[in-house]
Amino acid sequence: MDFLMKLFNKESGSKDVAKERLRLVLVHDRASVAPHVMQAIKEDIIRVISKYMEIDESRMEVDLANTNNAVALTASIPVMRVRRGHSETEA
Amino acid sequence: MGVGIVVTSGKGGVGKTTTTANLGTALAMMGKTVALVDADIGLRNLDVVMGLENRIVYDLVDVVQGFCRLKQALIKDRRLENLYLLPAAQTKDKTAVSPDQMRSLVEEMKREFDYVIVDCPAGIEQGFRNAIAGADEAVIVTTPEVSAVRDADRIIGLLEAEEMREPRLIINRIRPAMVKKGDMMDIDDVLDILAIKLLGVVPDDETIVVSTNRGEPAVLQHGSRAGEAYKNIARRIMGEDVPFLPLTAGEDGLFGWLRRLLVGEK
Repeated sequence: MDFLMKLFNKESGSKDVAKERLRLVLVHDRASVAPHVMQAIKEDIIRVISKYMEIDESRMEVDLANTNNAVALTASIPVMRVRRGHSETEA
Repeated sequence: MGVGIVVTSGKGGVGKTTTTANLGTALAMMGKTVALVDADIGLRNLDVVMGLENRIVYDLVDVVQGFCRLKQALIKDRRLENLYLLPAAQTKDKTAVSPDQMRSLVEEMKREFDYVIVDCPAGIEQGFRNAIAGADEAVIVTTPEVSAVRDADRIIGLLEAEEMREPRLIINRIRPAMVKKGDMMDIDDVLDILAIKLLGVVPDDETIVVSTNRGEPAVLQHGSRAGEAYKNIARRIMGEDVPFLPLTAGEDGLFGWLRRLLVGEK
């Protein structure tokens, strides 16, 4: 019966491709629609990283990039120096 | 006081004008007083879809700019006495009207009609801003295609920014046989992506082409599947709880018959 199901109900469809492509493109679209969201993310990253490192906020870049069928949030954060109190790893 | 509804999509050619014509006609058939407004200034089409193109004297821009009164520009439908059309201007462009002017026009019309349905032009420029200005509710039309769904998502974002009350979605031109084969996105796929409320699903149907040729909305034709779908949507707009019917693939022939026999699917 399984064999017959497969024979008459082949699930080769292109809709999964459509859905996946849409999902990726919308991640980008939605982020671009709201620049204030990117700004909020950037500020949150600065807050977290600053606990451990001194960073150059003026040269920091946060962006969404399409790479190999995935959307990546990339952040380039120039580090000025590592704060002493946090340099050793806590167990 | 009536309700202002804008029919919008972002992408062109997904069926906004057909949807506006059919929903308006269906609501009028159910006894409501309805005015349709063509907000696509410079590219008017709702008049031909309604079959009223020969009766236009004044248009929306004439009303807004005070060349005539609203009553003079409204065209009465040939078939239903409680259905009217306010045509767009064909010789001006969308900057001839401002969102504020549209808002007060639709306000004025809502005092006279139960439903004022605005057919929005494609795009997200001033024509879109004008069309949504007077609306209380938005209906978004999409087809199960990547480009149309993407544009619908953009429109939803813009409507949210305008604080429009919960927009609802019509998925147009769905082809059940292709959905079944996995070659077209299903209702759930589209809803999953757009995350808004479903107002209705309209099957791809040749009767739409015929009815547009004739200038007779499909809801007036007996046995039009798209027409029936639009009637259900009109009932939902009126607040009735109409269940969503499952898609039935019009699948005939030997394979369809064999599948039904073997697998027991409908």
